[in-house]
Amino acid sequence: MARRENPEINAGSMADIAFLLLIFFLVTTTMNVDSGVSKKLSEKPPKDYVPPIIKEKNIFVVIINRNNELLVEDERMQINDLKDAAIKFIDNGGGIGTAGEDGSPGKPCDYCQGEKSELSSDHPNKAIISVQSDRGTEYGMYIQVQNELLRAYTELRNRLSTQKYKITFDQLEQAYGEAKKNASLKDRVEDLKNKVEFIKTAYPQIISDAEPTS
Amino acid sequence: MSKFRKKKKGMPAVNTAALPDIVFMLLFFFMVTTTMRETDLRIENPRLPSATEIKKLEHKSLVCTIYIGKSKDPNRDGVGYNKIQLNDKIASAEQVPAFIINARSKVSEAEVPFMTTSIKADKESNVGTITDIRLKLRDVNALKISYSTQKGSSN
Repeated sequence: MARRENPEINAGSMADIAFLLLIFFLVTTTMNVDSGVSKKLSEKPPKDYVPPIIKEKNIFVVIINRNNELLVEDERMQINDLKDAAIKFIDNGGGIGTAGEDGSPGKPCDYCQGEKSELSSDHPNKAIISVQSDRGTEYGMYIQVQNELLRAYTELRNRLSTQKYKITFDQLEQAYGEAKKNASLKDRVEDLKNKVEFIKTAYPQIISDAEPTS
Repeated sequence: MSKFRKKKKGMPAVNTAALPDIVFMLLFFFMVTTTMRETDLRIENPRLPSATEIKKLEHKSLVCTIYIGKSKDPNRDGVGYNKIQLNDKIASAEQVPAFIINARSKVSEAEVPFMTTSIKADKESNVGTITDIRLKLRDVNALKISYSTQKGSSN
């Protein structure tokens, strides 16, 4: 008999098998980043709570009925026009703002570019947007409305931020987030924080969800 | 002379014996990092509405998710887009506080204020259901909510 060498197992296709498995896992892995419209609920009011009296001109009423139709300030409106209507209302600045916490009197809105009409909101920090929906309203529509209102605020904040700091509010917030994480930018954190806070208080998001009608 | 001729024969093949090892290493990495969905959906995968003004949810461990949508098994749970799923059961809005309190007991006390409730509801669900949940959440002081949406294009 001829001398035979111990036959080796052919491992050439091993790589193919491993690649196949690898690709399978690569494809099925989903990095799902959860994202959404975030909201903060108001705290539960105490039993004897009397709601403060708010002037009607400072409330922007958005009603969504069960057929997903919009009624904004007693007029029918399409969803596409909602953002501009909300901007017009928030940015009106027809009067003086709320008094400061230290008792200083409220100031008129010096950054507003609205019409300064007597019949619309006094100041962005007094302007309340009230969304009243029906129990039967579709959730998709509700989110769309919330989104449009948030877009109105974003647009106003971006405008003010560009005017004052030459960058948009989104970029400002991003810079603040980065500065917080990065130790080498420590000296800028305080400055950026103040800027972000300033814009946020200039245009606070006051969107209230009324209890739905049934 | 014959010895030299033998050496010239053919190009030496690149040794690929270590290739499977590399690939296996990658494979194990992906197998280990892949997380399977921890709860089975009792409802059909909700078609999330889309929005542009969205924020990323951070700190996964502090998020509890409530699903709302159509049941996969209408014979048992009934029809309609307003079924609420907590953990892996269909539940009612009354059970939401218990669900939140249970979730709270799993995190340290200092982190409780940062807990967020993510609501994954179908487009065709009704606002009434969401409101019921919202009222229950307010009762137990779970005030941070995120309405889960897809990233939409701004128009």
